[in-house]
Amino acid sequence: MLNKIWFALIAAGVCYAACNGDINAASAAAFAAADNAVTLMLSICGMICLWMGIMRIAEAAGLNRRLARALTPLLAPLFPSLPRGHAVLSTIAMNVSANLLGLGNAATPFGVKAMQQLRELNNGKRTASAPMVTLLALNTSSLTLLPSLVISLRSAAGSMQAQSIIAATIIASGSGMCFALLLDALLRRVRG
Amino acid sequence: MALQTLSAYAVPLLLLGVPLYGLLRGLPVYELFAEGVWQGIRTCRDIFPYLLTMLVAIGVFTGSGAAEAGAALCAPLTERAGVPPQILPLAILRPLSGSGALAYTAELLQTYGPDSFIGYMASIMQGSTETTFYVLAVYFGAVGINDHRRALAVGLSADLVSFIAAYIVARIMFTG
Repeated sequence: MLNKIWFALIAAGVCYAACNGDINAASAAAFAAADNAVTLMLSICGMICLWMGIMRIAEAAGLNRRLARALTPLLAPLFPSLPRGHAVLSTIAMNVSANLLGLGNAATPFGVKAMQQLRELNNGKRTASAPMVTLLALNTSSLTLLPSLVISLRSAAGSMQAQSIIAATIIASGSGMCFALLLDALLRRVRG
Repeated sequence: MALQTLSAYAVPLLLLGVPLYGLLRGLPVYELFAEGVWQGIRTCRDIFPYLLTMLVAIGVFTGSGAAEAGAALCAPLTERAGVPPQILPLAILRPLSGSGALAYTAELLQTYGPDSFIGYMASIMQGSTETTFYVLAVYFGAVGINDHRRALAVGLSADLVSFIAAYIVARIMFTG
């Protein structure tokens, strides 16, 4: 599916630019995106390295095993196929907590680390396992408790009630997350 | 606000607490941290090809103006349900490009005012969903997954549900 979507995005972009008589827009956009990918990678690389450093210490100290045992009852219903008390549960918990606190910079490294642990559990296969799909669903639709970036954007634009969106954002993002988790659980039952 | 304080303290507490716990257990925290950084660099190397591949396709799609044109095509349909047509490009941009959606939201807030219905709904949409394609490229890129199974479908349908919820909630709660 991704192969087709990926191609469709390029095809739609190039065809639209050509029909519009502005074919240079397509090439300019491609070069800018490649450039942007390097900048973006460098900026998340530092974050990933920092958190991987912290996590390596936590791992060696046995902290994540303790956390995993404590959190298993909470997360086990979402990830029924994972072994109880496995360290990956603590990484997932850190990823979820960082998302809830709005710490996107910290959430990504934890999520990536959790994916790597899930790959080990999946014997290094190149097909996404059921827990990987669930973790991705959790992260693409994560519940937002405090949309701080949007609030500051609103204040900057001169809003009289910049914070008035908090409750609405919690409801909207919560609906998305509940739907994603239900759909995922349903498809897991039907298709494994 | 309690949540803001918690967010602000979470990172410094981890930075302090984890190495302290390690030291108390007699671990070489400095070397362990550096070891983790090595893993981080390898992870970034794994992610980068997927990130660039994804961003180029998205860049061509949005940069050529095709995203806005697609939104304009759908506008008559959604307008009948009462969704302002200016919002639609945001719905298309949001799962594709984090920076693109943020810039578009900022523009809507400037043009229509943050406390207008459009500004209110755009704020909720921007705040309530993630950049699905980016998350997919980074998370699955890091582990070299090439069969995503249902992940993208689940992520995109959750975005759609969030958008619809954003519209309904905005309708109910907007006091103008």
